[in-house]
Amino acid sequence: MRVALMVTCVNDAMFPETGKAVVTLLRRLGVDVEFPAAQTCCAQPMVNTGYLDEAVPVVRTFVDAFAGYDAIVTPSGSCAGSARHQHALVARRSGDPDLVAAVAETSPKTYELSEFLVDVLGVTDVGAYFPHRVTYHPTCHSLRMLGVGDRPQRLLEQVRGIRLVDLPSAEECCGFGGTFAVKNADTSVAMGADKARHVRETGAEVLVAGDSSCLMHVGGMLSRQQSGVRVMHLAEILAATETAQVRG
Amino acid sequence: MSRTFVGMPAFPAAARAALADTQLRHNLAHATGVIRAKRAAVVAEVENWEELRLAGAAVKDRALRDLGTHLVDLEAALTAGGATVHWARDAAEACAIVATVAKAHGVDEVVKVKSMVTQEIGLNEALAEEGIAAWETDLAELIVQLGDDLPSHILVPAIHRNRAEIREIFLREMGGAGRPAPADLTDDPAVLAGAAREHLREKFLRAKVAVSGANFAIAETGTLVVVESEGNGRMCLTLPEVLVSVVGIEKVVPTWAELDPLLRLLPRSSTGERMNPYTSTWSGVTPGDGPQEVHVVLLDNGRTRALADDVGRQALRCIRCSACLNVCPVYERTGGHAYGSVYPGPIGAILNPLLKGTGDPQTDSLPYASSLCGACFEACPVRIDIPEVLVHLRSKVVDGHRDDTVPKAEAVAMKAAAYAFSDARRLAAVEKVSGLAGRVLGRFGRATLPGGRRAAGRIPGPGASAWTSARDLPAPPAESFRAWWKRTDGGRR
Repeated sequence: MRVALMVTCVNDAMFPETGKAVVTLLRRLGVDVEFPAAQTCCAQPMVNTGYLDEAVPVVRTFVDAFAGYDAIVTPSGSCAGSARHQHALVARRSGDPDLVAAVAETSPKTYELSEFLVDVLGVTDVGAYFPHRVTYHPTCHSLRMLGVGDRPQRLLEQVRGIRLVDLPSAEECCGFGGTFAVKNADTSVAMGADKARHVRETGAEVLVAGDSSCLMHVGGMLSRQQSGVRVMHLAEILAATETAQVRG
Repeated sequence: MSRTFVGMPAFPAAARAALADTQLRHNLAHATGVIRAKRAAVVAEVENWEELRLAGAAVKDRALRDLGTHLVDLEAALTAGGATVHWARDAAEACAIVATVAKAHGVDEVVKVKSMVTQEIGLNEALAEEGIAAWETDLAELIVQLGDDLPSHILVPAIHRNRAEIREIFLREMGGAGRPAPADLTDDPAVLAGAAREHLREKFLRAKVAVSGANFAIAETGTLVVVESEGNGRMCLTLPEVLVSVVGIEKVVPTWAELDPLLRLLPRSSTGERMNPYTSTWSGVTPGDGPQEVHVVLLDNGRTRALADDVGRQALRCIRCSACLNVCPVYERTGGHAYGSVYPGPIGAILNPLLKGTGDPQTDSLPYASSLCGACFEACPVRIDIPEVLVHLRSKVVDGHRDDTVPKAEAVAMKAAAYAFSDARRLAAVEKVSGLAGRVLGRFGRATLPGGRRAAGRIPGPGASAWTSARDLPAPPAESFRAWWKRTDGGRR
């Protein structure tokens, strides 16, 4: 099985440790993951802001980069959702039947990390060790667009040493929403403030989620509030072991 | 109601004002939380809820797919039942028809059943200009009308008011509109409802003409259906001699049998009840019983425009339950007024642009008034994929500006991003610059993020300052993932 890592533009440019954690984790599970260097972005920022024409060349780059792989794994519910549910729309907009056909190939092979681990590899115990008090925020697109269900929790429950605590109103949006965070910054911040308050109420040391962009938003608020809570991507916790602790 | 939504600012500005109102935030969080919990409990009782949603959506789709035929059938059945059917292309035509009927009976007042469509067309204001007072008889609509306020919710238009505010409005305003509130009025809900009942009763008994909308219009039998909780609707629909019902053409349901899933979906989704207390149905005129003159105004007002939109037409399935408002994290924080329309919340964010067309700055801001979290789609009893329609409408807004001589900054940024994202080598070059910038920003940043990264601090400029006013932003890392992979062969050296 040829497996490609779709690291996402946000992780590539801002959170490379998330990508490295996926590589560490998948290699430990015996997957020789490749990084197609031609990849850029899933085009979601353009699509969700209404710039469909601008999304066309980005989706074209995506299908060219990932053509021929058996599975495309990404540490992002939102970007997986974009590839699975929006690329077809962009391809139709292009009017190019070759792009429509290429998207039909790559879309169903795109997996969010927890889906790939649980459904494709069939594991929930990935041999991780993380002795901290952790609360999990299910991001909207992983929950409601992809339907990952409780896969992330099942993976976290198997982590040695972890103390998982429930997040109040967990399924409510954190307020990131892509360009919404800037176009409607006041509303976005009001939503984020409530999410950050709920996180602090749990007494957790770490907030974990499957999307770095949502974590950047909530983490940015937790940091500004000097809460002391740090945010980590699911991949970073699953990659951590007794011998290789990630970020202490 | 003399205030209107005309001239409202675009959503972000209106939302900013609403967010600053802590009393409003508190009222909304409490009220939406209560309704959300009630809805969740009664929906969980229904074993086949998902099948019911599919059935409800299918009924509305069948009606919309062959709308012309069903409407002609509806007109024929209504006419056969003794009703007079009018067709109105827009708000002005519909208002003129209602005014003409009222004036034909020489009245200077009408009583009203709560109806979204009459608010959509601004009927009360139009009748006021003709010297006809339109009295709202739904409790929450009465609160809004007496307070010279605007509705902020489809089902609970006074959701932004708490009972202390309602008591003040009743004491201050009821006397000017009819029977005054008792001087010893308390803010106990039962006492407030009692005052409204006394105030309204004289209007019910006096009125010759009533105006309603309809939740459903059954083509097969020419039957209109009104679903309500308070009994004020039943009073309006049975006591006056003349009844005028304004009905959006999307309200048509082909047959009686197809009403079944809709009547089961609506109360659980809207008020969180298994059944609504009152369901009134009437098919034209029944001699000697109820109104002896029945008019039905079938209204387009943008519905055929929405129907022509192959992605957006699903919004016409809406049965106005407001479940999407109650679960929306944006609505919960901004309230309904920020949407600048009688249709607020997620459904308003799609319905307004679909009915009115895009191009106006206020309307064009609505599809962006969402984080696309998808809670609305999950709650919608007729499965309107609101996030899908929002994204579709955003593309219509953007396409409407493609010929601008001076493109918006956002359009320039998106074109630049598309250029960088179309070739990994270009992206790598951008990341190299951002890595350098990150080292600089990190040096001047005021904080270290929990976990060790330097924060970039507050950054000037439109997008960046909107982010960093309340949120730290990590300084970009010195090395991107792709640069690391290339340098270390994926960590192997």
